[in-house]
Amino acid sequence: MATITYDNASCIYEGSDKLAVDSLNLNIEDGEFVVLVGPSGSGKSTALRMLAGLEDIDEGNIYIGGKDMRGVPSKDRDIAMVFQNYALYPNKTVAENMGFALKLRGVPAAERRKKVEEAAKILDLTQFLDRKPAKLSGGQRQRVAMGRAIVREPQVFCMDEPLSNLDAKLRVQTRTQIAALQRRLGTTTVYVTHDQVEAMTMGDRVAVLRNGELQQFASPNELYDRPINAFVAGFIGSPAMNLVTRPITSDGVQLGEHATMELERDQMTKLHELGLKEVTIGIRPEQLEIHDAGKVEVVVDLVEDLGSEAYVYTHAGSGVELVARTNPRTAPKLAETVRLRKHPDGVVHLFHPETGARIG
Amino acid sequence: MSTSIPQATAPAAAESPSAPPVKAKVKRRKFDPWGAVAWIVGLGFFFPVFWMVLTAFKQEVDAYTTTPKVIFAPTLDEFRAVFDQGVGTALLNSLFATAVSTLLVLLLGVPAAFALSLRPVRKTQDALFFFMSTKMLPVVAAIIPLYVIVSNIGLLDNIWALVILYTAMNLPIAVWMMRSFFLEVPGELLEAASLDGASTWRAMREVILPLVSPGIAATALICVIFAWNEFFFAVSLTAVQAQTMPVFLVGFIAGQGLYWAKLCAAATMAALPVVLAGWIAQNKLVRGLSFGAIK
Repeated sequence: MATITYDNASCIYEGSDKLAVDSLNLNIEDGEFVVLVGPSGSGKSTALRMLAGLEDIDEGNIYIGGKDMRGVPSKDRDIAMVFQNYALYPNKTVAENMGFALKLRGVPAAERRKKVEEAAKILDLTQFLDRKPAKLSGGQRQRVAMGRAIVREPQVFCMDEPLSNLDAKLRVQTRTQIAALQRRLGTTTVYVTHDQVEAMTMGDRVAVLRNGELQQFASPNELYDRPINAFVAGFIGSPAMNLVTRPITSDGVQLGEHATMELERDQMTKLHELGLKEVTIGIRPEQLEIHDAGKVEVVVDLVEDLGSEAYVYTHAGSGVELVARTNPRTAPKLAETVRLRKHPDGVVHLFHPETGARIG
Repeated sequence: MSTSIPQATAPAAAESPSAPPVKAKVKRRKFDPWGAVAWIVGLGFFFPVFWMVLTAFKQEVDAYTTTPKVIFAPTLDEFRAVFDQGVGTALLNSLFATAVSTLLVLLLGVPAAFALSLRPVRKTQDALFFFMSTKMLPVVAAIIPLYVIVSNIGLLDNIWALVILYTAMNLPIAVWMMRSFFLEVPGELLEAASLDGASTWRAMREVILPLVSPGIAATALICVIFAWNEFFFAVSLTAVQAQTMPVFLVGFIAGQGLYWAKLCAAATMAALPVVLAGWIAQNKLVRGLSFGAIK
């Protein structure tokens, strides 16, 4: 078990003039579960592979347990990794797959078997120990890959989208299992995913990356409640936060002809101080409600009924689309004109219209 | 007389009609015209080889009769006669040159292909092209300089000259062939092994080699066939001592042209090792040629 520090770590791929990972700084506590999340090409996998020693650290440094990792080969880093495609050894049985690292370390066969059997029991793999990976289902293979990692009791777990090859139901199930297992073992874990739901539900802290740059590194709640910029705001949460860039009026933001989103007084003051003509506002669908006193007149385009809740897709004026959550029993009809307002407990986030940085 | 030429291709062709057991589960239709065509073509290819083997066991009197004899008293006399005329040396030379050159090719070619496929660098494509380019110059164009070089280093009529040349001749083919097998291996496996604490050598031996062993078998067989069949280098650079089987056979045709049974016995002996090698490698070969099932 160990802390991990990314100190201005950068990686550039040969033949590319852009950094795949650009001066990444992260301090990961001992035993913490950290999720790296971002769209494809954000550098999240590269950042993980740098930690595992599979990509060079071209600039800056990475420390594991305070130890300098530059020039240390993968095999000496004491890291276990779970790959997206599991990378199980096809010619070895489940037991041999799980015990390979111990065998390489010279652990005697009897002890090896004991450890493998323990891990197999945790992961419900006992009856498959003598099978080859080809004879296993996707979920079982995933568990073998997990087993291979935990048998070693390494300093760090690296997981590179380990759930993306499972079907939706199994993914949700395995998600909680992995999180619970990690809590139990207390091994520092870095987990890469493009799925923000996984990031929110699994991580102690989540690092959001975009184009190789770290956007925000915070707890899931913090990311959700106080996104540092418009990108994080739009990326975290499903359905995504409503984000629109519109002109500022005397008491709020003009969304359409009969649609004004009112802002708090101190928010207005801040906007005036900055002297902006336009602002990007963000409001989460569950913080918008249909209410006759609302000042945002919109037309309903689509109602998505999920049973327990419904999402109403609407537009106000030209090009301004807003999604609001509502009770499915009282959801409006298509093409109906309704009024929206910010929920009394809701927050309207303000972002700079050009830089996207949080204003308030 | 021409029976000596299809020796290497005939076994493969002969096996194709008997291959259907794999498809046996498919419900048999009443009559499949393509199946019939396949059988006819297959038998057509196989018959000369079959006749050659049959003739090898005949007495010289029975070998060339106007009504061909199918029933006769089999004898090993002609094989003995061929041995008396010195086929032993030629066989040993061929076996030696083939085995040693194939071994060298695998020792050099497998690591090279491994590096070129799983650890590519900037000049990998150039290296691959270089390997291929050595095959572009016809051997005839190089034989005079080769003869001079071999003669100057004193290896004329020495089997080691052929070992070196066969190794050089098969190496590019082996590298290209092995590379295609290595490319099928997911790179993540090597990464996983490395994170598990394996050195490159250990990862290669324990994880990668077992996966590509069918490919190695297929490559080895190709090298064996090419080295065994090679005639031009052998006829140009050897005389008596280092004579190989193909050279011996050609000399035999000239000298014993009318003795059909003896000739067939010699040709059968020439074909046998390659057929055996193919038969031994059969299981691996099938897997080697349908490699995708690895993942």
